[in-house]
Amino acid sequence: MSSANQLLLEAKNVTKYFGTITALENVNLKIHAGECLGVVGDNGAGKTTLMKVLSGLYKPSAGSLHFEGKEKVLESPRDSQNLGLEMVYQDLALAGNLPIGENIFLGREPTTNLGLLKFLDYKKIKELTEAHLGKLKINVKSADQKVEELSGGQRQAVAIARSTAFNAKVVIMDEPTAALAIKEVGKVLDLINSLKKTGVGVIVISHRMDDIFAVCDRVMALFQGTNFAESELSNTSRDEVIGWIMGKK
Amino acid sequence: MDSKDQDKDSLYLKLIPYFEKYGILLLLVIMIVVMHFLQPDVFLSWRNVTNVFKQISWQSMLALGVFMVIVTAGIDLSVGSIMMLSLMILAIVAKAGAPWYIVVITPLIAGFLCGLFNGLGITLLRMPHPFIMTLGTLYIFRGTGNLISGGTPISGFTDEVRYLGHGRIDLTWFGLEKSQYLPVSLVLIAIVYIIFWIFMNKTRTGKWIYAIGGNPNAARASGINVNKILVIVYSLCGFLSGIGALILAGRTDSGYPNAGLQSELDAIAACIIGGASFFGGRGTVLGVFAGVMIMGILRNGLNLMDVSSFWQQVLIGSIIVLAVYVDVLRRDFGTRK
Repeated sequence: MSSANQLLLEAKNVTKYFGTITALENVNLKIHAGECLGVVGDNGAGKTTLMKVLSGLYKPSAGSLHFEGKEKVLESPRDSQNLGLEMVYQDLALAGNLPIGENIFLGREPTTNLGLLKFLDYKKIKELTEAHLGKLKINVKSADQKVEELSGGQRQAVAIARSTAFNAKVVIMDEPTAALAIKEVGKVLDLINSLKKTGVGVIVISHRMDDIFAVCDRVMALFQGTNFAESELSNTSRDEVIGWIMGKK
Repeated sequence: MDSKDQDKDSLYLKLIPYFEKYGILLLLVIMIVVMHFLQPDVFLSWRNVTNVFKQISWQSMLALGVFMVIVTAGIDLSVGSIMMLSLMILAIVAKAGAPWYIVVITPLIAGFLCGLFNGLGITLLRMPHPFIMTLGTLYIFRGTGNLISGGTPISGFTDEVRYLGHGRIDLTWFGLEKSQYLPVSLVLIAIVYIIFWIFMNKTRTGKWIYAIGGNPNAARASGINVNKILVIVYSLCGFLSGIGALILAGRTDSGYPNAGLQSELDAIAACIIGGASFFGGRGTVLGVFAGVMIMGILRNGLNLMDVSSFWQQVLIGSIIVLAVYVDVLRRDFGTRK
């Protein structure tokens, strides 16, 4: 486990163009072990683009990423996963037609290899899934239940379970509570707090001030693709952060 | 809701997955029983049953290939043309006097390469939908097949080349009569379907094919190389069409320009009847087999009863619509809104 306050991930001067559109310009970001960073900004401010750069889904047009002090080039989500960087997407990125366990291990399934062919180890998937869900205190009927049969909150929990199944060091969550019923929001926030306690750095992208002020230690605002403002949570207020989102200091 | 209602409800819910899995087999069994009562002397005779299997032999290969493509939420319209082109190449190589083991392998390679061409086209050219790429190659492959053969049939292959499509396994050993043989193509269907059942259900690549159909973004975010898997799927589909060509060469002893015309539609129909969903991610190898059988038995049974082929078209079309409607109902029940 990383020691407290160790710098895990740093983005330096990240710039991303889509054709002639500048989605991000010279954006900087830092996340330490056991810390929760809130990223806020209006629609189109570049939050999701930044997260997709961090997860290896987009390659930055300029700038660099540093993980535990070393510069890293992420070619694919697999590269970021291998570093311990996990992403929980807003649309959750779950395959509804597959059971919970197969979603949690999707792309990283335990297998028995026979030459070129890799056979799935269904028994191990089930055991590991049940153990992991138990550790996170996530209740579902069975690990074999298909994801499309779950409620919104249960799906969110499965997505978070997937992001933490492989010793994640940094977990990035895009609007983790946006689609949830109120009583499910608290559970997800509890999950985030317990992740922090185990030394995981959590980045939460959210519109909801309640979420930011419930779990974050630091908050940064993006405005039109640039760093607009940043502060320790204790030194700011809801009204000030809302002002940042609208481009007012 | 009182507890009695709940019991009833949960029993009903418990039955759904079984129905989903085996419902299509039930339909197949019902069809067989009905046909047997309509044609008691003929339908279940050795001769007729082996006939059905011989008739569906090459279609079953195309359907299996198209099935994997449909699981990825794609479509392959070119399988009939791939089969025709592979058949023509086989015929030309055979006429050139190549040894039989070369002749037998050429349609498999040709089919595979055609599928590879589809897969690379869809992914590298970033076609908006596989429909477009494979609609293009439906014309391209058939045109190429006609170009290389001059659009005329090429007939006459050796017994070795015809073995898979025309061979008979003698069962007189078991005390059966000479006419009660096992078609080699039936054994081939069984072997190929078992291999692909294992591939789709037990291997990691098979799981990824289902995942891509369920949610391609989830697959991509999980680090799965979606394009690579798609290329593999379309190549395998082409390869299976190549096997279809080899079977057809055995059955007809000829490479002919109309081979496999519109058979892509039969293949798609078999998948849909067998429970594969056009939305992707859903369907089983067993279901496809049932779908192929249902179409084969329907045609065979209606032929036995001297029903016009126009009625066959109407009936098959109706079954497709009905099967998809059942799929729609099932989705209403099975998925949370």
